[in-house]
Amino acid sequence: MSTRLATGGRLLNKSKPLNFTFNGKQMRGYEGDTLASALLANDQVLVGRSFKYHRPRGIVTSGPEEPNGLVGLGQEGRFEPNARVTTTELYEGLEAESQNHWPSLEFDVGALNKHLSRFLPAGFYYKMFMHPRPLWKHLYEPIIRHSAGLGKAPKAADADIYEHFHAFCDVLVIGGGVAGLQAALAAGLSGARVIVMEQSAHWGGRAPVDGGTVDDAPVEDWVAQTLDRLRGMENVDLRDRTMGAGVYDHGYVLGYERLRDHTPEDAGPRHRLWRVRAGHVITATGAIERPLSFAGNDVPGVMLASAMRDYVANYGVSPGDRTVLVTNNDNAYLTAIALKQAGLDVPAVLDARVLPQDSELVAKAKALGIRVVMGHAVSSVQGGKRVTGVAVCSQGGEGAVLEVIACDAIAMSGGWSPVVHLWSHCGGKLTWDGAKACFRPDQDHPPTGADGHGFVTPAGAAAGVFALDDVLHDAHAAADGVATSLGFKLPRDLTAPTAARREEAPMMPVWQMPQGASVKLREKTFLDYQNDVKVSDVRLAAQEGFVSVEHAKRYTTLGMATDQGKLSNINGLATLAGALDAEIPSVGTTTFRPPYHPISMGAIAGAARGDTFQPIRRTPLHDWHAANGAVWEPVGQWRRPYAYVQSGESTHDAVMREVTNTRQNLGLLDASTLGKLIVRGPDAARFLDMMYTNMMSTLKPGKCRYGLMCNENGFLIDDGVVARLDEQTFLCHTTTGGADSIHAHMEEWLQTEWWDWKVHVVNATEHYAQVAVVGPNARKCLEKLGGMDLSREALGFMEWTEGELGGFKVRVFRISFSGELSYEIAVEAGQGQAFWDALLIAGHDLGVMPYGTECLHILRAEKGFIMIGDETDGTVIPQDLGLNWAISKKKDDYLGKRAQQRSHMQDPSRWKLVGLETTDGSTLPDGAYALGEGENENGQKVMQGRVTSTYHSPTLDRGIAMGLVLHGPDRMGELLSFPGTDGKTYEARIVDPVFYDPKGEKQNV
Amino acid sequence: MLILTCPCCHVTAEETEFHGGGEAHLKRVGPDGAEGDFESYLFMRQNPKGVHLERWRHVYGCGKWFHMARDTATLEVFGSYAAQTLAPPDHIVDAIRKRHPDWQWPAAS
Repeated sequence: MSTRLATGGRLLNKSKPLNFTFNGKQMRGYEGDTLASALLANDQVLVGRSFKYHRPRGIVTSGPEEPNGLVGLGQEGRFEPNARVTTTELYEGLEAESQNHWPSLEFDVGALNKHLSRFLPAGFYYKMFMHPRPLWKHLYEPIIRHSAGLGKAPKAADADIYEHFHAFCDVLVIGGGVAGLQAALAAGLSGARVIVMEQSAHWGGRAPVDGGTVDDAPVEDWVAQTLDRLRGMENVDLRDRTMGAGVYDHGYVLGYERLRDHTPEDAGPRHRLWRVRAGHVITATGAIERPLSFAGNDVPGVMLASAMRDYVANYGVSPGDRTVLVTNNDNAYLTAIALKQAGLDVPAVLDARVLPQDSELVAKAKALGIRVVMGHAVSSVQGGKRVTGVAVCSQGGEGAVLEVIACDAIAMSGGWSPVVHLWSHCGGKLTWDGAKACFRPDQDHPPTGADGHGFVTPAGAAAGVFALDDVLHDAHAAADGVATSLGFKLPRDLTAPTAARREEAPMMPVWQMPQGASVKLREKTFLDYQNDVKVSDVRLAAQEGFVSVEHAKRYTTLGMATDQGKLSNINGLATLAGALDAEIPSVGTTTFRPPYHPISMGAIAGAARGDTFQPIRRTPLHDWHAANGAVWEPVGQWRRPYAYVQSGESTHDAVMREVTNTRQNLGLLDASTLGKLIVRGPDAARFLDMMYTNMMSTLKPGKCRYGLMCNENGFLIDDGVVARLDEQTFLCHTTTGGADSIHAHMEEWLQTEWWDWKVHVVNATEHYAQVAVVGPNARKCLEKLGGMDLSREALGFMEWTEGELGGFKVRVFRISFSGELSYEIAVEAGQGQAFWDALLIAGHDLGVMPYGTECLHILRAEKGFIMIGDETDGTVIPQDLGLNWAISKKKDDYLGKRAQQRSHMQDPSRWKLVGLETTDGSTLPDGAYALGEGENENGQKVMQGRVTSTYHSPTLDRGIAMGLVLHGPDRMGELLSFPGTDGKTYEARIVDPVFYDPKGEKQNV
Repeated sequence: MLILTCPCCHVTAEETEFHGGGEAHLKRVGPDGAEGDFESYLFMRQNPKGVHLERWRHVYGCGKWFHMARDTATLEVFGSYAAQTLAPPDHIVDAIRKRHPDWQWPAAS
């Protein structure tokens, strides 16, 4: 069994016991434990079920590479799925639930899949669920959806807070092991600003566990002294619990700091996302031990050799009483020695190599009385939910069992893979190191920065340098080179410390154990624990032609789980290379993408959630709207009143009332959000002739003109009324959404095409509050305010003037988007509320009521006026909308003119704007399509039109709509049928789009 | 995320302060243009793995458009220059040729 040892546990505070639960069961650990070590201390070896076959799985590692130990942590707003037990620090009251099991971890129905595993090979889903097609929707997909997914998404809103930090430094060191510390020390002493990120809560990396002596003292002492020195340096910032998550262009690095995961009850942000610009990045990210590929290598109790000695040394936990070590290298003997020295039994070391003579560590193991069997391997592991024994065979054979050794744990080591992720994120290339059987950074091809030089340097094990003395010297040299390239200088007397050397025999690459393993064994040999990918799956993929590593990865899902193949990658590549009879470097690696390890969505969002998600733009009348029943409609970042709901009314009632009142009495609209661009200069008229399809240069000062704007593709992008203020000055109204984009559009053409034209554009949108005073009583209301002659004779339709109205300095535009007598009046923004109040008083006896955007839409639709974004969608040209009258035929050029001459734009079968009137007075569903004749080549019904705007008109007491219809204007009176998503089919007649007052008599009074 | 330098206000800032605008030095084809020329102006863009002359706008800064010469594969920046030019200036061409001696502009098509 796995248990807590009486001694050991360098990271524990045994005076502080902690209570926690796993699947509701009460357990105890100590401060300093990870959830993994605490579970093992409570003999909880089985921690989860695998994704596909629901096989029982145990803890394999002691770090972020853990594929199996994933749990749901916490409750409600603090629930987090897929938390790794190996990186979760224990705290009082922690609640963890295992995943992927039903009904329980011990007894799981889905485990039947493992008996079906022969029938669930790679690509099974692609092959099986293709036919018959109808079964997909009703049978296959629901079943797959039910069983798919790792963990459960939290349902409650996140109860924690998160933040972003922006930081700048000369040298960013990622990794706080001996290499990172030495690099940070050297860089720091050179005077550079240094940030050091260490993902765990502890400094020194593996060195304190793996041992060694630096400058004749234990390496642990060197770590402590170096940390003290670094803490004393003002130019060095040490950040533990901070992972270097991703390296991006030009020295941009994301760090992920877990501030409160280990003390969730404390106040303050839970995670912090570091957004760092570094002059240079040193990746001292260490290496990850590889599993060995043998049958049953996923049975709980099989663990990486390095992880096992971590549990013994760091947490005083024995993963088993009797542990067999299986290895292809010397380094793993440290585990056998550590276990033996902790008083545990190591019945045998199975070493795949045959060494001519014992190396230092082999001899040491033997001296401790450990039986070392050279040239031997695991044929298979015995046991289901727990290792019970190991069947031993020759590495060179096919798996014939020579003996069975009883044991309850197996430590395995297939060698070490440098953590090259951060090096690779931004394009650093890799090279294959045959002697160490690993990919390491190719330092001749680093990721390059803005100056064309490399900006990442690996150091220590991350560079493929493993011996302690080499690591320290490599890190020192890396920091020296980096500091020099940034213009800093290391102190002259500073040299790398020296570590005692240990003679090691070379490792032997082993990709399959035993070498000639039968199909039966390969089907039990797991490469990717989390996604249940076996050696047999990768071989099948190769056999079926998925010879590219990227294809094989996607076909088998190797390395696609949340651990991103940290353990499985190299073994998988080697297996693929073996199946293809190719060299490993020629097969290559898959792409490493950030983040290195999953980071929380909360950290990514930071403070940008809820009220601070994005700024809200408020008109000068916003507070009045809010106080008077406004139901808001977001329009870009603006909030506009959709309608003003009075007590006892529904929103629909309010809209109907507003339309009727505006048609019969007097309505007020806050039109302040409409874009107001002032275009001025000697070439302003010439410029607007290019911007608009209309001729703007002939507009007289004092007059207004409705204009259309297209892009160079010919498509309609914006519309609005242009007023000529004087010979050289125009005021261009844009749509609410277009104010910023049309301003940018004008700037772009002025700066990049006609930069010699003398024109200046100012976006004055927020300088003015603008109110539309609309309805038969509009003039009477303004006359009551007094101060200006706004009679029909003094200010005709499509004219503007300025003056004083009721004491307010105003600019009055006589324009109408409703078909009613209408004035749009601009006052300085600061006067907006006072002016609005004055209008309400003046209009009191005239039936004044404010109206919102939905009323505005209905008023314009009754008149057949188009709305950008309803009638247009980026593929519609003015000609489609019957707006030829607004396109100047006299102009040589305007933006979009040439494109509108293209054959597709001239095609008579383009859908054109018409009105649509349902036969029964009902309202057409928005976006509905009109059925045509027959089917297209894909067997889909042919369509001949679609609804672009649809409303219930209270004025006409019936549904009205506009739509684009094939040959529409030539088909007046024809009936179309529109199937709705509600199962009904709507019949509508093609009519003129102007439903109300077609002669325009009401607006012209 | 790139770092860019605006040649108008001389600010060096994060890419989020700017907005990319595609290929630089396009020549507008108006209503008299032939079908092929217009197609090329409207739709055909270079997509090189290597040196690219591109348009950027300092949207959250001075608001000016400018041009930048950049290697799309290595992300090396050769320099930025005013948008009011019809061809890359000599010092930009020199910087590019230091790294890519055979580079020609416009590219032979």
